Amino acid sequence: MAQMRRRVFGHYGIIIGGAVLAIIFAIAIFAPLLTPFDPILDQDLAQKLKPPFWHDSPKYDPAHPLGTDLQGRDYLTRLVHGARISLLIGFSAMIISGVIGTALGVAAGYFGGRVDMIVNFIITTRLSMPVVLVALAVVSLIGSSLWIVIWVLGLLIWDRFAVVMRSTTMQVRNLDYVAAAQACGCSTFRIILTEIMPNVVNHLIVVATLEMAHAILLEAALSFLGLGVQPPAPSWGLMISEAKGMMFFDAWLIGIPGAALFALILSINLLGDGVRDVTAPENRN
Amino acid sequence: MVKYILKRLGVAFLVALTVSMITFSLIYVSGDPAVALAGEAASNEEIEHIRKSYGYDRPIPVQYMDWLGRALQGDLGRSHYLKEDISHVILTRLPNTLILAGCAIAFALTLSIPLGVAAAIRPNSLIDRFALTLAVVGQALPSFWFALIMMFFLGIQLRWLPISRVETWQGFIMPAIALGYYVTPGVMRLTRAGMLEVLQSDYIRTAKAKGLRPLTVLFKHALRNAIIPVVSLAAVQFGFMLGGSIVIESIFAINGLGFLAWETIQRGDLPMMQAIVLVLSLFYILITFLADMLNAFLDPRIRVT
Repeated sequence: MAQMRRRVFGHYGIIIGGAVLAIIFAIAIFAPLLTPFDPILDQDLAQKLKPPFWHDSPKYDPAHPLGTDLQGRDYLTRLVHGARISLLIGFSAMIISGVIGTALGVAAGYFGGRVDMIVNFIITTRLSMPVVLVALAVVSLIGSSLWIVIWVLGLLIWDRFAVVMRSTTMQVRNLDYVAAAQACGCSTFRIILTEIMPNVVNHLIVVATLEMAHAILLEAALSFLGLGVQPPAPSWGLMISEAKGMMFFDAWLIGIPGAALFALILSINLLGDGVRDVTAPENRN
Repeated sequence: MVKYILKRLGVAFLVALTVSMITFSLIYVSGDPAVALAGEAASNEEIEHIRKSYGYDRPIPVQYMDWLGRALQGDLGRSHYLKEDISHVILTRLPNTLILAGCAIAFALTLSIPLGVAAAIRPNSLIDRFALTLAVVGQALPSFWFALIMMFFLGIQLRWLPISRVETWQGFIMPAIALGYYVTPGVMRLTRAGMLEVLQSDYIRTAKAKGLRPLTVLFKHALRNAIIPVVSLAAVQFGFMLGGSIVIESIFAINGLGFLAWETIQRGDLPMMQAIVLVLSLFYILITFLADMLNAFLDPRIRVT
């Protein structure tokens, strides 16, 4: 245990990724307390396009450290509220896809044979459909709201969960203690829950981080294309999309939400890579 | 080998059939396609008229078989918006997307395979660290943001490259990088891992002991074996790029299938939407099939089992 602790706290990826993610998480929770403005209601066209603090400009207003957008809304406020949308979508879509993918993958890996064949077929079929295009088409047909985006993404991106859970379950199910549990007459459900799952859970965590990052990137792309989260919600992808036309003169409007997105994805990926490094069996002892 | 090809072909056919069913049912996702087409202001008679003229009043299996039968003959129907043959529109737009995805995968492979090999030759060296950093950063960059940043610096500030609606080869540079960089981390990691494993194998030691030149050992003996999983990954990624180019094409206004898809979705042109999803899926199935064949050719063990 002490060794485990040393490995976790000696890993730069886990420390940096975890710290940045914790900060973004805290920002998302305390978003309304961090700035005096509302991300949607406080708009004032007379205040529009104030520059951020590093633009040594006379137009700079200390009340808006990151400036204001085209509608005169405080950019910092929109940025911190945007963290809520990204984290909510990333986390919820990851849970939905995780449940679907794990169920399929564990079933295929544990039962093998015909079940495996069918699950493999479902995975292949899913992979051959272009995610962004299908998501855009479905969202455009049934209308877009935060929860529709979450469900559409969750129902589309379970493939990696299924692939990884299938192969890891296959490795675990041939081990002696699974055979012992079977010999004791344990039910299949119990074997999967108490013998298989604890031994594949570290792989599950790694895939979960990857897919959370994937879902956040997809939401940003959908919102950027105008078919994800709808205005006036402060989604980072949408903020970039709204600032697209201002690229010639006010490129910082694109830079800020993009950098936030980059930091969030990077921290999630670093954490996931770290978990893999620390828990990989070849690293034990 | 023949048995393997036939088996793989059968799976590809079944997947294509399933995909066609899912694609067909896309128009029923929103409920009644006639209502969706007619728009919100339409009267009941107008909706009925559209339902009859497009054949939405027939039983769904009949509609599906009819649609599939025509699609097999290359007739994907007419676009509601453009009033043109869908097959014709897709064929005129397809080359741009293929060129873009081809350039993107070429960019990704020429960057990631040498980096992966170099990183594997000297693990934990400076170049290995550099490659790893590049991979971690690359995986976290949103492609549309990266595209805009490139546009800003290379197109607007430095004026080196054209930023949109381009017909020349220079116009494909930024889009290809924006589409391709996302693949480099995965390919590089796979190349590195494969090379590390292969370089420790007995036959590499034998080849070295025979006194072969190090470069011959590296490329002819090691890389050929390490590259096999990379072929599959590259094919899969190429397929994803065809579908993923929608974001990049709409940013750079490249007149390809992705841009067409974006326009189509905004117009609510259902038959065109179906056709694009179907064509891109079939391309993916074809590419992964060809990659499996190439792998079977490279690695005899796959053919036998």
